[in-house]
Amino acid sequence: MSNLIEIRWHGRGGQGAKTASLLLADAAFNTGKYIQGFPEYGPERMGAPITAYNRISDEPITVHSNIYEPDYVVVVDDSLLECVDVTAGLKSSGAIIINSTKNGEELRKYLKGYEGDVYKIDARKVSMETLGKYFPNTPMLAAVVKVSNIMSDEAFLEDMIGSFKHKFAKKPEVIDGNMKALEMALKEVTKV
Amino acid sequence: MGIRERLSGNEAAAIAMKQINPDVVAAFPITPSTEIPQYFSSFVSNGQVDTEFVAVESEHSAMSACIGAQSAGARAMTATSANGLSLMWEMIYIASSLRLPIVMSLVNRAVSGPLNIHNDHSDAMGVRDAGWIMLFSENNQEAYDNLLMAHRIAEHKDVQLPLMVCQDGFITSHSIENIELLEDDIVKKFVGSYKPEHYLLNDKEPIAVGPLDLQAYLFEHKAQQAIAMKNAKKVIKEVSEEFKKISGRKYEFFEKYKLDDAEMVIVCMNSTAGTTKAAVDELRAQGIKAGLLKVRMFRPFPAEEIAEALKNAKAVAILDKADSLNAAGGALYEDVTSGMFINNVNVPTVNYVYGIGGRDTTVADIKSVYKDLEVIAFEQSKQVDGTKIKVENPYRYLGLRTK
Repeated sequence: MSNLIEIRWHGRGGQGAKTASLLLADAAFNTGKYIQGFPEYGPERMGAPITAYNRISDEPITVHSNIYEPDYVVVVDDSLLECVDVTAGLKSSGAIIINSTKNGEELRKYLKGYEGDVYKIDARKVSMETLGKYFPNTPMLAAVVKVSNIMSDEAFLEDMIGSFKHKFAKKPEVIDGNMKALEMALKEVTKV
Repeated sequence: MGIRERLSGNEAAAIAMKQINPDVVAAFPITPSTEIPQYFSSFVSNGQVDTEFVAVESEHSAMSACIGAQSAGARAMTATSANGLSLMWEMIYIASSLRLPIVMSLVNRAVSGPLNIHNDHSDAMGVRDAGWIMLFSENNQEAYDNLLMAHRIAEHKDVQLPLMVCQDGFITSHSIENIELLEDDIVKKFVGSYKPEHYLLNDKEPIAVGPLDLQAYLFEHKAQQAIAMKNAKKVIKEVSEEFKKISGRKYEFFEKYKLDDAEMVIVCMNSTAGTTKAAVDELRAQGIKAGLLKVRMFRPFPAEEIAEALKNAKAVAILDKADSLNAAGGALYEDVTSGMFINNVNVPTVNYVYGIGGRDTTVADIKSVYKDLEVIAFEQSKQVDGTKIKVENPYRYLGLRTK
């Protein structure tokens, strides 16, 4: 399965990392891929560190274990850099994408000499400007799609509008803001 | 044909139940199976099924309500996990001895204690001798497919036994994966309607259900249950073949993955079989003859067929996701090895207890087992006169922290 892409999400309970991993699975599924999206369930508390995973492939996926050597890592909350070994097993051919306002030099201090690409995005700014509230998972979802190149921006946005219509069937007023958050995040994510 | 979808294992089970549209569902929520009655109750509220949903106050009551409904002549289903199944235990035996073809979705989880909500097979192993048919599922697809076949097997006149479909808690129950669903009308036609021969609501034939059954008859009734379990093998084969015609998906007593010419073989159940397939593929690419025997039908147990399938292997590892705590070996290991012994298949075997309480099992873990099997096979190959070696310490752990 050389085309297999494995992604590990680090977030805090309540930030929507699990939902983002499921939305990513959804989007990739809709482009015809085989997908897995699953959280690692621990004590479920607001603010506690949580991990979620994605496998995306052109071929059926049979492995049922957590991911220890991901191609990409998404850090939804940069306070986790101080307490979680976010680059553990991360392939140097891959990348880490961090929600942060810190500069590249500051971020790299936490990454234990990780040799691969480091991307950052200010998901708070994107979320506040487009949604008026802090929901970091939507910008982070767009950021990982952009960096991993799982699908084109256009295919992703087209698919997500369908997903949001389904997910927010009872809150249609938030669909526009979420779409804007995705569009803005696709532009805002930068390599440091 | 078929609807391409992505669902979690719990969603897949709930959708199967929706398509089956049973008369009664009685359930009490317990992690990690909670979502099944949760999703199903929304189908009831939305009028998508005709089912009477009984929100009971405990799992003992859930199984009691299923027994009452099924005795009355209705088709009843439930879902549970771990301690929920433990609380049902008394009624589990009553369901099977009353020959009630109730169907359960069992989302496997460790039985307390100490308290653990994660996956292993200790709940299922606790009821392995209770007279239920037990089918295991590698992924969401198999959990769905096995449920669609369940009533046809359980309700068959030569069987009339309850049936549980197992899948791994969280690992498949909470993982979104690709799945192919069947159209509602195809499922409806395949499952058919329930036509019990004897039932309480038949005013033309008054019957008693569950009366006192002492020395004079209980033995004979138990023997009849045993015959029904033997009959189930033939019925499971027939129903699975018929299911292939509507789905294109082939199900047998067990799946043979690259097994025919395999020298090192792992026997296991549920999601670990998928991880083992990935390990087999990697080892095959290196020229190592690894294979997998994935048990789908654990009760009735296909002892003779498994022995036959393993007879050409050089070394076999049986993986148990529950520890029998008997100082001898896990339940699957004992069933497989006794089947081999009775059928004169003498291949060195070893048992690994693994994955207890949700301990993750990786491709690397599985490859380490194949490595051990290579050592055992090598030791055997040194026996010039063909005498079988005795495997030292055959009751082992995989993934146990020792520091």
